[in-house]
Amino acid sequence: MISPYYLQLIILVGINTIMALSLNLIIGYTGQLSIGHAAFMSLGAYCSALLTLHFNLPFIVSLLGGALFAAFFGILIGIPTLKLKGDYLAIATLGFGEIVRIVCLNLEITGGAVGLRGIPKKTTLLWVVLAVLITAFILNRIIKSRIGRALIAIREDETAADAMGINSTYYKILCFGVGAFFAGLGGGLFAHYMRFLHPKSFDFMKSIEQLCMVVLGGLGNMWGSFVGATILTVVPEMLRSVADLRLLIYGAVLILMMRVRPQGILGESPANGGFKNNSYSQWIQTRLKKSLRKRSGSDKT
Amino acid sequence: MSRHSILTATGVSHSFGGLVALEDIDFKIYQQEIVGLIGPNGAGKTTLFNLFTGHYKPTEGEIYFNNQRINGLKPYQITPKGIARTFQNIRLFKQMSVLDNVLIGQHCRTRTGLVGAVLRTPRTKKEEARAREHAMEMLSFVNLEEKKDEKASNLSYGEQRRLEIARALATDPLLLLLDEPAAGMNPHETIELIKLVRQIRDQMKITILLIEHDMKMVMGISERVAVLNYGKMIAEGTPQEVQNNEEVIRAYLGETA
Amino acid sequence: MFVQQLMNGLILGSTYALIALGYTMVYGIIELINFAHGEIYMFGAFVGLILVTVLKVPFFLAFLLAMAASALLGITIEYLAYRPLRRSSRLAALISAIGASIFLSNLALLIMGSTPYNFPTPFEAKVYETPFFIISRVEILVLLSSLLLMIALTLIVQKTKIGKAMRAVAQDKDTASLMGININKIVTITFAIGSALGGAAGVMVGIYFRTVTPTMGLMPGLKGFVAAVVGGIGNIPGAMLGGILLGIAEVLGAAYISSQYRDAVAFALLILVLLLKPSGLLGKPVQEKV
Repeated sequence: MISPYYLQLIILVGINTIMALSLNLIIGYTGQLSIGHAAFMSLGAYCSALLTLHFNLPFIVSLLGGALFAAFFGILIGIPTLKLKGDYLAIATLGFGEIVRIVCLNLEITGGAVGLRGIPKKTTLLWVVLAVLITAFILNRIIKSRIGRALIAIREDETAADAMGINSTYYKILCFGVGAFFAGLGGGLFAHYMRFLHPKSFDFMKSIEQLCMVVLGGLGNMWGSFVGATILTVVPEMLRSVADLRLLIYGAVLILMMRVRPQGILGESPANGGFKNNSYSQWIQTRLKKSLRKRSGSDKT
Repeated sequence: MSRHSILTATGVSHSFGGLVALEDIDFKIYQQEIVGLIGPNGAGKTTLFNLFTGHYKPTEGEIYFNNQRINGLKPYQITPKGIARTFQNIRLFKQMSVLDNVLIGQHCRTRTGLVGAVLRTPRTKKEEARAREHAMEMLSFVNLEEKKDEKASNLSYGEQRRLEIARALATDPLLLLLDEPAAGMNPHETIELIKLVRQIRDQMKITILLIEHDMKMVMGISERVAVLNYGKMIAEGTPQEVQNNEEVIRAYLGETA
Repeated sequence: MFVQQLMNGLILGSTYALIALGYTMVYGIIELINFAHGEIYMFGAFVGLILVTVLKVPFFLAFLLAMAASALLGITIEYLAYRPLRRSSRLAALISAIGASIFLSNLALLIMGSTPYNFPTPFEAKVYETPFFIISRVEILVLLSSLLLMIALTLIVQKTKIGKAMRAVAQDKDTASLMGININKIVTITFAIGSALGGAAGVMVGIYFRTVTPTMGLMPGLKGFVAAVVGGIGNIPGAMLGGILLGIAEVLGAAYISSQYRDAVAFALLILVLLLKPSGLLGKPVQEKV
């Protein structure tokens, strides 16, 4: 049989894969930079744990309840903020993530700063494997459908997508809702595996870690999310013997990775999928064209 | 051909923070005609396009399409009503395949939602098959069916222009707005384009409004030409009439002088 | 009481403003959220601390040296982590910045350990009383030096040749380089000035709250960034206004709403501003090109 140590590692890889897959839908496919994904995970985690603790609901019901709760917040926060573009959206998601963390730190029902204890252990390897497969299956179906095409079109060129009759705000909110749903599912599994929840587990660094998994594996690539989640779960474990150096190496690897292979391990395009249009050189080119046009006095309005 | 107007703009003005780009434009497009929109750089041609497609909201005035008021509507609301466009600076979905680009055009004519997408119901499959068939038709119409699996960014410039037209046609429009479709094309490609535009009108019964700087093309293809200068409509009429209009000559000579 | 709170908010806010300036200047020039800026602030505090306690350098000299060291660190980060990525995507640069931030805070943790250090007060703690509020010497020092630094910065940006070049680059890199401005040099100078201000804020917060830790950069870093966005990112007076508003909002929020939600006030303010005026209080809205 698998030793408990490896079992735990596999379960964490699975949960992180769900997190990375759902974030990839938002960042990699729809091109919306979110750096507050851990907030949705925590909403799902706390909600499902409380459903189990207070109502003693079957595990599947608690999990779905947590996921729906997270999805509800995903839509709620998405409605006003998804009008914002690029960096501004990222900042708003960061703000949201911090607010959720601080609220969880102060509410009585979440156990406040002490944390939520005594959650029954219900997450098993089977549950995690099933959840990963279902997440991958559903997200894959969405991506390969009319909806997925619309999401990718928004990533590629939102103005052109609008002109094709795509209600980009609606689809961005939809993608946020779906992404938050699966993040909530991952949170529920996490809660019933760790048996203890603390807002610290879902801080800004956690969101960044999840972002790194997606980028490392490759934006807009489902297998990439799996690879990224596996590497960023297993490698820090292996580095446990040099615990002090762990995060130091983590930071250095991120910088090096962006220099050597910014599109991620399985990313295709040399310029990072949907963020291609934002690349610095292209930006310079458009600026140059614009200033030239300004001089000739054209109407590129 | 009936002289029934498909698009009517009355008293339309648009300004960018005090800077007037268009002033009091009255303009009509009749069903199944090919209209050319010309004018010197900065005259407001693309701005007028953006008002018709909902990318901008007119500061003043009314725009009716097919007897429905459309000013103030968003692009995604206007496109299903039957206005499609191409862009001056080609805006394809570069990382997507040629076929997927055209399939996006079918977006507003299909209905599959989240549940249908995940369960892949018979209805979804049927709709997807129909959309694909339609998209392939559009691709062969612009002679790109062999490139369907190519990435859009790998196409040549002329092919990208044609793909943009196919994508616009896939929205099943009644009115097609072409923004400088011949820009950057060689003479041979321009001749092919003229043929294509005529085919779109004759075979698909689609009304066409095009912005163009290539005078030979505009005058050769348009049945009616409208001229913008400094945000005002200074002339309108047959290519012949417009070419002989003194104000137009002045506007153009004034630019080149 | 209210005036007192306002005063406390102003003092806290002036440090946020100094941090925000670093973010805003860098963003204005290369459109990058410099996530490592919070660590530069932490670094400045440590350099100041070491100079004062170990090397017994006089406080004001230590203060200036800490600013210089922070400037050097900022330049190094730009050179190693951002400059090679100018031609790749903005997301790549953002991840690299995050990497730099993680690296630096953990390097500090490794060297300095996790126990907080006590920053000795540079002079005897004296408190002045006015009819409306009381203020300590340290507070006066923080307030005055932030004010001086902000005035100096404004003068540099508005009056000097370098400042003119910085504004030109921020507005239009291509035209600026056509005019013979060395973009790399301007980016370096921008990082140097922004980081020096961040380091100054680090030292001031060190003597104000009397503690210095390797992780002290995270929260003020985020808040300085929030302040920059609230004021309108890329806008220098905006960063000052945003920082001071944020400081006041935070202190008033803690005093009159709930002290536990103190940190949430900043982020709530952020989201509110983003929703009402996404370009920030002093930022100019940009019309999207079609």
